[in-house]
Amino acid sequence: MEKSRPAASPRVRKTPHWVKLAVRNRALYLFLLPAVLYMAIFNYAPMFGIQIAFRDFTPARGVWGSPWVGLEYFEKFFTSYSFWTLLKNTLTLSIYQLLVCFPFPIVLALILNYCPSLKFKKITQTITYIPHFLSVVVLVGMLFIFFSPGTGIVNNVIRSLGGNTVDFLGNPDLFPHMFVWSAAWQNTGWASIIYVSALSGVSQEIHEAAIVDGAGKLQRIWNIDIPAILPTIITLLILNSGQIMSVGYEKVYLMQSAGNLSTSEIISTHVYKIGIQGAQYSYAAAIGLFNNIVNMVIIFAVNKLSDKLTGAGLW
Amino acid sequence: MAHSFGVRKTRGDQIFDAAVGILSFLFLIVAAYPLYLVVIASISDPAAVSQGKVLYMPVGFSLRGYSYIFQNKDIWTGYANTILYTVCGTAGGTMVTLLAAYASSRTDLPGRGIFIRLALFTMFFNGGMIPTYLVMKSLNLTNTRLILILMGMFICYNMIIARTFFATNIPKELLEAAFIDGCGNIRFFFSIVMPLSKAIVAVIALYIGIQYWNGYFTALIYVTKREYFPLQLILREILVLGQTLAQGGEGMDVEAIVEMQKISEAIKYGVIIVSMLPVMMVYPFIQKYFVQGVMIGSVKG
Repeated sequence: MEKSRPAASPRVRKTPHWVKLAVRNRALYLFLLPAVLYMAIFNYAPMFGIQIAFRDFTPARGVWGSPWVGLEYFEKFFTSYSFWTLLKNTLTLSIYQLLVCFPFPIVLALILNYCPSLKFKKITQTITYIPHFLSVVVLVGMLFIFFSPGTGIVNNVIRSLGGNTVDFLGNPDLFPHMFVWSAAWQNTGWASIIYVSALSGVSQEIHEAAIVDGAGKLQRIWNIDIPAILPTIITLLILNSGQIMSVGYEKVYLMQSAGNLSTSEIISTHVYKIGIQGAQYSYAAAIGLFNNIVNMVIIFAVNKLSDKLTGAGLW
Repeated sequence: MAHSFGVRKTRGDQIFDAAVGILSFLFLIVAAYPLYLVVIASISDPAAVSQGKVLYMPVGFSLRGYSYIFQNKDIWTGYANTILYTVCGTAGGTMVTLLAAYASSRTDLPGRGIFIRLALFTMFFNGGMIPTYLVMKSLNLTNTRLILILMGMFICYNMIIARTFFATNIPKELLEAAFIDGCGNIRFFFSIVMPLSKAIVAVIALYIGIQYWNGYFTALIYVTKREYFPLQLILREILVLGQTLAQGGEGMDVEAIVEMQKISEAIKYGVIIVSMLPVMMVYPFIQKYFVQGVMIGSVKG
């Protein structure tokens, strides 16, 4: 992606044009200053700290005084018995989440688009947006309340129907389902906004023409609406695939219990535990860096792919 | 026009309409019921709640959960802290974001490309949890209120949304006219651009505000002093770790602790409501900006 430089301005004065612009707009550099400072401290300084992944860091020796150890900590991670489990858990959660959470907003938007009552549509939208605003703590708290083995409403209902109590939160086999479907509940409404807007942009004349031709509503959805929102769908699919390595660890961490760790321990929560709680800074930084690099590779690969397929990359 | 053609519904369309009605009702119920349940359980008799009797309507009206919540010092402190962090973080963050967004939207600013690239890079790569933690530690920002206010103030994604808005909504002619009238950049931004950009101010403040109100992980990593805990960390203790509010009360007798355990479930429902209250109060006013915010965000920067 190269940008052509703007053509040189005609040489009429001695000072170059851009200098004059810079002087005239000097106040705008002040506008940028807080953001630059923020990024320097909170984004770029930590990037320089990544080198501790290649050093044997101890706080006493400091970043620059700690000896280099090369890829020792990466090797340690790749050969550790938890490596494949962590990778598998991370990918399972994120891919499962993508598959489940992606289609629902599209379905909801299509339904709302054909909702006969405008008032009912508005109410449904208002209500389905609300879960998006719950914090992860509250969301996980609600899961714990509703699915608790003893007093939870779900198990109460199961028992009253003659079933046995299910340990939804401690069972490692159920953990991915709990994680993913609660995310679907929380985000479907909010994620549908973009599709609802895209659908409202579909020309009414096309629909009228289709009605004249005797097309049913299902046919109109299939032949008019879906093709119209397909670019939006593809763009969002790409954006979401870029998130594969950064599955919501804040929520995973809250949902973890001693019983479900075999499926709920993911790379990011592992980094938190051995780094922040265990103070093995270099090892944790190496694992974090591995996660980051894989993430970046996926984002660029997906963008490349979309460039090829749709002729439009995201940047 | 359409109506004169489409008066008679085909059988397929009749089924379709019924299906749409049922499905949208389903979506509505699935989204609303858990929320509704929390509300009715929070005002029901705690005993009825734990026996599973509260399903459709409140049973045996009681506000005991709430009264314990209001007596609890931790919740009050957490609440006050969260308000402080949210107000400062949102005000500062919105300002930083909008200033940077506006400056980088100006095509006549030499060097804006460098700034934008620096910002974009932070979206794809970051130092990671541990190096960030060590930097904050070396700056003595751990265990301070300041880090809970500063962390997350400037997010590149928010800036891109705002930049797109400024680039498409502030006409160049306006700036030229202002310059001719002797109006400088600073005054132009504050007295002309800002009043024209209420929607984007609302959207950015909404995004940042929600992030501050709901966040817990920054506090979990960086703060161990209890008096600095935001509400979400207190909520985590009550909702996720299952600690009852009775712990630590020296003067409490056994009876009171038993009583406490009985209503600990009611307290859980109550704190959810209490923590959501401010968000729900502003919800009707910010709702009209949702679509706008998402749509601006979807335009590539």
